Amino acid sequence: MNTKTLSYIVRRFFFYLLAGFMAISLNFFIPRLMPGDPASIMFAQFRGKMKIEQLQALKQTFGFPEAEPFVDLNGNLKWDSNEQFTDWNNNKKYDSKPSSLENYVSYIKSLFRGDLGISISHFPQKVTEVISTGLYWTLFLAGISLVISFILGTVIGIYLAWYRDQKLDSILLPSLSFLGAFPYFWIAMFLLYYFGFKLDVFPIRHAYDQALMPSFSFEFITSVLYHSILPAFTMIFVSLGGWMLSMRNNMISTLGSEYINYAKAIGYNKKILMFNYAARNALLPNITGFGMALGFILSGALMTEMIFSYPGQGYLLLQAVRAQDFPLLQGIFLTITFSVLVSNFIVDIIILILDPRVRK
Amino acid sequence: MIDQSSLLKLLFKNSKAKLGFSILSFFIFISLFAPFLVGSPTDYVGVPLQPPSFEFWFGTNGQGQDVLAQTVYGGRKTLFIAFITGIFVVMTGAVFGGIAGYFQGYIDDFISLLINVFLLLPGLPLMVVLAAFLPLGSMAIIFVLVFTGWSWHARVLRSQVLSLSKQDFVMASKVCGESHFRIITIEILPRMLSLLTSSFIGATIYAIGAQVGLEFLGLGDISQISWGINLYWATNDLALLTGSWWTFVPTGLAIALVSLSLTLINFSIDEISNPKLVSERYLYEKLGKKYNRNSVTPVMTNK
Repeated sequence: MNTKTLSYIVRRFFFYLLAGFMAISLNFFIPRLMPGDPASIMFAQFRGKMKIEQLQALKQTFGFPEAEPFVDLNGNLKWDSNEQFTDWNNNKKYDSKPSSLENYVSYIKSLFRGDLGISISHFPQKVTEVISTGLYWTLFLAGISLVISFILGTVIGIYLAWYRDQKLDSILLPSLSFLGAFPYFWIAMFLLYYFGFKLDVFPIRHAYDQALMPSFSFEFITSVLYHSILPAFTMIFVSLGGWMLSMRNNMISTLGSEYINYAKAIGYNKKILMFNYAARNALLPNITGFGMALGFILSGALMTEMIFSYPGQGYLLLQAVRAQDFPLLQGIFLTITFSVLVSNFIVDIIILILDPRVRK
Repeated sequence: MIDQSSLLKLLFKNSKAKLGFSILSFFIFISLFAPFLVGSPTDYVGVPLQPPSFEFWFGTNGQGQDVLAQTVYGGRKTLFIAFITGIFVVMTGAVFGGIAGYFQGYIDDFISLLINVFLLLPGLPLMVVLAAFLPLGSMAIIFVLVFTGWSWHARVLRSQVLSLSKQDFVMASKVCGESHFRIITIEILPRMLSLLTSSFIGATIYAIGAQVGLEFLGLGDISQISWGINLYWATNDLALLTGSWWTFVPTGLAIALVSLSLTLINFSIDEISNPKLVSERYLYEKLGKKYNRNSVTPVMTNK
């Protein structure tokens, strides 16, 4: 590894660090800059539900650090006086009211401890606990769909390029653009209606039969697979076209190159020419795309999960919106953002290894 | 470079543009004249969840309202917000992209960094967080859509301004002592009109999709009528579990047709102003072959 490669990696690293810092700052400032007082709705739901220290910590998380009298669970009036201000998120005492900067620092500190606050809709669970329950379902559903869609789309794309300028090509592309004009979740709704309700061949909600207990039994695993067919099909259906088209276009430009003509002239076997000579070279952009898509795996399934009540990140996000669960909402945003940043950084490094041109 | 009056003329000759414009103007027409075409979308007109009939062409929804009226009225708010958002997205993109591309150097580095960061932040979750904290309403939705959508257009417009401002006529104007403002507004911007137009149309398509998505999640003003709100009520009234397909199919078709018409217009602009495509077509004509470049650019999203 030479110094240029190293400096490239370092530059990319600082870029992603900056982007992560921006996301954290957005998360900090959005509730503070918004007009009105959305957070007070939230605090109202908590009155009498949680300890006074917890409530005060929550208020400070959302930028309401002022001392304020309120009644605790035992009915005593408590007062956090202006002379002695407590930062409940970090258990620290201040002599005067902390400045915005001190608030910001304490917010980042609590983030670094992995503390995203307490969820309202899943009270008294922590946000991190709630998110981790949905994480595996999303990774499972979106991961499977991504792999199938990528492989299927790439192979179809190869054939489309090979048999371009034929009937199939001219019917398929306009119909793809018509399908692409529908809102993505609407297609999910339609498939749910048609296959789940009208034909009644697939379950329409949840990730497994609610009568079963999660275990590694054959019955449970088949139930999980059965429940994942329709949402996975939806995601494959809407993402397939993208892979197909990009592979088709890369392949067409590769097929135009001299060495392919040469191989044709020699009289190579069609299959070998198609896959070993053309497709192999045309694949690189699609692999980059696959890496990018891995980063968006957590956010890619959001809408599908909402429609199918699939217990992943998307369904949690919908619940958070409906219950005005701001801590959970922000927690999901941060989790998804960080997964995007980390996987983009990994993709950058992989491309560095795969494509020597970047190293120059 | 094609001058702008001939761009318009060519657009009206292009068959894709014609189809696109007719679909779009149909929807704009029924949105504008909705009160003369259908009854009130909020009145209780009959038994809830009736299938389509001669009385109610599109049936009734879960609250006994006429789905046809809701579909026609829904276009008003949705299209209005979409076009306004499209304008603001392109304006924001043009300001940031223009400044970065024209002044270059440190300013460009800084703005490009900002653009790249915004491109990386996942759109839907950010939109949801913003919309959840803002008070409900059209203004909030427009703000959210512009905030999350400007970066892509800024990047595209920046590279165009960058290449234009390195050309001789800009150099000449600089030597003549023209002000930066005049060079940007008189020399550069008019030459980017086709790119600005297609950016605007692209941003409008994005605005329709994202706005419908947000409203569908319940982040819009549910007391009003729009396409996204229609779909929100369709799921809330359990349309899918009672088999009332007519409560969500007409709205979905309307959204798809409008997006498709905009895509068609965008493609025809590309066909007319992209020199590569123009020369390709010319070559085919001279060779006496049928021009068979696969016409429509499919828009597929992975999100």
